[in-house]
Amino acid sequence: MRQALRHHLFWPVAALVALVAANTIAKPSFLAVTVTDGHLFGAPIDILRAAAPLLLIALGMTLVIATRGIDLSVGAVVAVSGAVALEYISASSDPGSPLTVLVAVGIALGLALVLGLWNGFLVTVLGIQPIIATLILMTAGRGVAMLITGGFITTVTSEPYKGLNSGFLLGIPTAVWIAVGLFVVVSVVVRRTALGMLLEATGINPAASRLAGVRSRTLTWTVYAACGLFAGLAGILVSADTMAADANNAGIFIELDAILAVVIGGTALSGGKFNLSGTFAGVLVIATLERTVTVLGISPHVTPLFMALVVVTVTLLQSPRVRERFAVAAIRRRPVSDGGRGAENGSAEDAAGAAGGAGEEAPEAEQAPVAGAEHASAPDDEKEVTR
Amino acid sequence: MTATTPVRSAAGWASTVRLDPRYLPVLGTFVVLALMLAIGGTRYDNFLTPIVYSNLFINNAHLIALAVGMTFVILTGGIDLSVGSVLALSTVIIASLLEAGWPVAVVLPVAVLAGSVIGLAHGVMIQVFGVQPFVATLAGMFFARGLCFVIAPESIPISDPAFTALAGWDSWMGYFRTTTAVVIALVLVAIGFVVLHYTRFGRTVYAIGGGEQSAMLMGLAVARTKVGAYVVSGTCAALGGMLFAMGNRSGYALNGVAMELDAIAAVVIGGTLLTGGTGFVLGSLLGVLTLGTIQTVIQFEGNLSSWWTKIVIGVLLLVFVVLQRALSLRKT
Repeated sequence: MRQALRHHLFWPVAALVALVAANTIAKPSFLAVTVTDGHLFGAPIDILRAAAPLLLIALGMTLVIATRGIDLSVGAVVAVSGAVALEYISASSDPGSPLTVLVAVGIALGLALVLGLWNGFLVTVLGIQPIIATLILMTAGRGVAMLITGGFITTVTSEPYKGLNSGFLLGIPTAVWIAVGLFVVVSVVVRRTALGMLLEATGINPAASRLAGVRSRTLTWTVYAACGLFAGLAGILVSADTMAADANNAGIFIELDAILAVVIGGTALSGGKFNLSGTFAGVLVIATLERTVTVLGISPHVTPLFMALVVVTVTLLQSPRVRERFAVAAIRRRPVSDGGRGAENGSAEDAAGAAGGAGEEAPEAEQAPVAGAEHASAPDDEKEVTR
Repeated sequence: MTATTPVRSAAGWASTVRLDPRYLPVLGTFVVLALMLAIGGTRYDNFLTPIVYSNLFINNAHLIALAVGMTFVILTGGIDLSVGSVLALSTVIIASLLEAGWPVAVVLPVAVLAGSVIGLAHGVMIQVFGVQPFVATLAGMFFARGLCFVIAPESIPISDPAFTALAGWDSWMGYFRTTTAVVIALVLVAIGFVVLHYTRFGRTVYAIGGGEQSAMLMGLAVARTKVGAYVVSGTCAALGGMLFAMGNRSGYALNGVAMELDAIAAVVIGGTLLTGGTGFVLGSLLGVLTLGTIQTVIQFEGNLSSWWTKIVIGVLLLVFVVLQRALSLRKT
């Protein structure tokens, strides 16, 4: 039980199970998936399809957060990429041809990559804080998207483009293939090679990892570029869903949803250790929550309230103070010799988890050089405990 | 003696100029603001008129209030993303309670107190439970926005005579027009200035931003002050909502969407470092005025579309951030 409670996936999965249970009680057919014309239909499939853009963005966001950064501009990149793709298609002579769509997607992704590189340039070369560096593009990006669409909502009819989101492949929506496929590929690349460890090293202590021969700057830059690229892809999925380039509302607040998904998944905003499986669970929690609110017949405007409750619950349960309580309770129930070791591990983990500013027990690792060393050594203990 | 005095004072003046790189970002903001006003004045007639200046304050009174609160939080090295939603919540509370027939003298304190309570909740989550400021205030942002829709999904007009009389009061100083909202906003700036520079609380805020660990080792009341900063920000946001309701005479759940970004941009343009510890409330006031001037210029230009505002604010942010970065690099 204690092992299960400590596992990083416990709370997000518990939240997901609770949401699904609530839905099934309200509407018993919730989990039913039917096959019509060889395509899968049903609420779980809908949730996955609606979650596809968020999944892509949360994937990039997790990697960025692992390097101690954050990317606020992804929502604006979503708007820009959707606007560019649809403007190109609507201006072309043959909107329905696959070649036009391919070129449109290529241009949109290229631009998204450039925007990601721009963020990376500000963060790594100029050394601007990530939050402020990406705030610049967050503010200006929507203006650029409006510039591209001329302030109008461009609507387009193009079957191949529409198929990018709502088409089916082997019975499963294309959007799910794209998002989940990319997610799996990136997860494998990050975890089966040293890349993930190098990213964590960069996030835990940029200076130390550089001295140890990790090319932190290149890594960080790559991660921002990838985040931009994924956001561009998400923008294509979003615009293919509505077939309208809405510079004002496409991907609005998606950066916040993505950050929430990452946090619910147990990746700390202070950087370092990250887990993509947690992010996946976090994305599903948010997507299911949005669905739940409609199933229960509550106005979608009230969704933020429930989102806030889930976030507060999950973050408080993951907070060092509460985890310490759990640890103490577990020690009391165990024999003394084992308990002592448990307490040691527990405190090391708390120090790592609290690095973002827990206050009294845990020193601010980012600002105090002395605390940096402790911070760097702590995750080793943590790995033994959690993985 | 008469010969030496001018020399000494000149040297003293020179040394104060050289000694205070802290004032450079604020000075930069001031120069940019003056430049924009000058360029506007040469390009358009009627630009450098008292009415334009008055409107600059009247239209941005709520943003001034938000920026004052945000300055406190950013000085401690934190951030408050909830201010836009808290502003909306405050307008909705004011409008719905006034509609229910409550007296103004009760409604306004209740609305402001709601903001303080949300700020307190942020502070406790951040300080006691070690939640990141970004995440805690993000949750607060969602919470307040959702609560707005629970209270009132539609826009509620405010027709209470006492409130409209309070909001409608104005006074002409020469050709300059002041409204109650502007007076409250400027009083808030003055209070913020005095609290930050002349009280123990304010100096502790700076100390936390400069280095939380050092502040703690010095025996300063870090926990209390940090929570206090978020309470100040929540209160200021609710006051901002009151000023917004005075301007709009209505309460609506979609008021102030993304306004937290404007507030953060104003504070950053005003020369406050997001890492904390450096910055001034008066700089934030200048930052708000700069944002307001951009909007005014774009209105005067006429054929420029509103999205240029966003692009110009983005570019301005970039320039200031790079400038600050260059300054801080030269210092080290």
